Amino acid sequence: MHPARSVILFTTASGAGYGMIFLIVLGQLTGLLPLDSTLAFSSFGTAFALIILGLASSTFHLGRPERAWRALTQWRSSWLSREGIFALSTFIPTGLYALLAAFGDGIFGNTMVLLALASLLLCAATVYCTAMIYASLKPVPAWCNHLVPASYLVLALSSGALLLNCILYFHSLNNRITDGITVILLLAGLVTKFLYWQYIAENKGLSSVGTATGLGKMGKVRLLEAAHSEANYLMKEMGFKIARKHSRRLRKITFVCGFILPVFLISVAGLFASTALTNLVITLSILLGTIGVLTERWLFFAEAKHSVSLYYGAEKL
Amino acid sequence: MTCLPSVSPTKKLGLVIDLDICVGCHACAVNCKEWNTGGHSAPLTDLDPYGADPNGVWFNRIHSFEVVDEDNDSKTVHFPKSCLHCDDAPCVTVCPTGASYKREEDGIVLVDADKCIGCKLCSWACAYGAREYDEDVGIMKKCTLCVDRIYNENLPEASRVPACVSTCPVGARSFGDLNDPQSAVSQLVVDRGGFDLMAELDYKPVNKYLPPRPKQNEHSCSSGKPKQLTPIATEKAGLFARWADKVLSL
Repeated sequence: MHPARSVILFTTASGAGYGMIFLIVLGQLTGLLPLDSTLAFSSFGTAFALIILGLASSTFHLGRPERAWRALTQWRSSWLSREGIFALSTFIPTGLYALLAAFGDGIFGNTMVLLALASLLLCAATVYCTAMIYASLKPVPAWCNHLVPASYLVLALSSGALLLNCILYFHSLNNRITDGITVILLLAGLVTKFLYWQYIAENKGLSSVGTATGLGKMGKVRLLEAAHSEANYLMKEMGFKIARKHSRRLRKITFVCGFILPVFLISVAGLFASTALTNLVITLSILLGTIGVLTERWLFFAEAKHSVSLYYGAEKL
Repeated sequence: MTCLPSVSPTKKLGLVIDLDICVGCHACAVNCKEWNTGGHSAPLTDLDPYGADPNGVWFNRIHSFEVVDEDNDSKTVHFPKSCLHCDDAPCVTVCPTGASYKREEDGIVLVDADKCIGCKLCSWACAYGAREYDEDVGIMKKCTLCVDRIYNENLPEASRVPACVSTCPVGARSFGDLNDPQSAVSQLVVDRGGFDLMAELDYKPVNKYLPPRPKQNEHSCSSGKPKQLTPIATEKAGLFARWADKVLSL
């Protein structure tokens, strides 16, 4: 599948934003993080910036962005529509929560508990809907499985945790528990992606050029002559091949930059005497994590094979 | 609403494509393009049509496959492909705007050009590659089963069939109601063992394909293994042949 930049940016940036809000709210709800107004400003500011950046970039993928509002109407059948509705409605409890966290009296009252619970639920639902847009597509076996929502949810949390961890360091609010949670979430991301890649290597769907043409019963089928001489929309959109050539190397980049190096950097960050050096190391963990997650998402699209390719020379998926 | 019709359509209009007859002339694709570029989903935009990288929207494409059986006997099968107007059409249910819909009266799947936002998700949901995006207009386009022909009272009755059907010079395409077991198309499917494409996905396509007929006469030059050109067996060759072989081998 063609890895459109707008969709990669949308899923990674908004995923990290929702993951981050989920973790701040959960942290404050459980008392692990303080109800601090400067923390609220920087963390919610970053998270909302990422979410808005992601949502705005997703509209660049549209042929008619001025009609984007129509995408909120078909929630009964469409995961994309549900995603849009959840994404917008999440702004209400999270926005109110962020306002109270930044400008409130510093007391975690009942209102905040309610807003916190609604925020947790809606952030998770939004990311789940994003993943289900892909996981509901039967023609793409690499997407149509439960590990897709699992990895979207886990990676939203791990990338959100990486960012939140950095903000905590800058505010000197980090401690062993926050370090530990970030490391655990990053390792969970690594395990999920490992399982995902193992799964898609073994489960390539039942379709082949034989079932696509119905001629498989007669013998071995191969494309003899293409339907047209130039690439058409289908070949450009679904016939993307570059990633498969480099997929091994790109997967290594995802593992090393996305998970292993950030875990290492977070583990050693506390060893430095100077705060500036520690913060530099933590900032580096974000840069590497970003490279890792962008590579992961690029691969998620570029590696996935669509059943249409069976009509264009592929023998199986 | 992009939910599928709650009641299964009483009529299921569709095509039956005979892979035994199709000669791969592409006339159906050409006539489809010609009719539809002025029809319901007009225009079928072509970008750079006379340049180095022509690219355009077509509703019907003809692929050619080769099937090689166990005896290494091969067969060329021309394979026209357009929207199959699936009963369980995921291109409809994934649509976030209500632009994609399946008609209750005849099961035809259409795109409302005024509602489509060009998110392209329907083209990802279609297993068959039936939808093509019109970059110029920014919306998705697809086969309409010539909805503007089949009910068109301005046309003579014989012409009220999809453009691809009316133009096929060999009669490889038939059009009719596949929900009516008595219809000519349904009979054809029963008689010839018509099948679904990618039945494993369970999209329940309305359009059916008829398989190439098995080769019947093993002595005809078009069937069975081609007679091999074998060298003269040296052992069984006669005296003259062996002598000639020797002389010619000198």
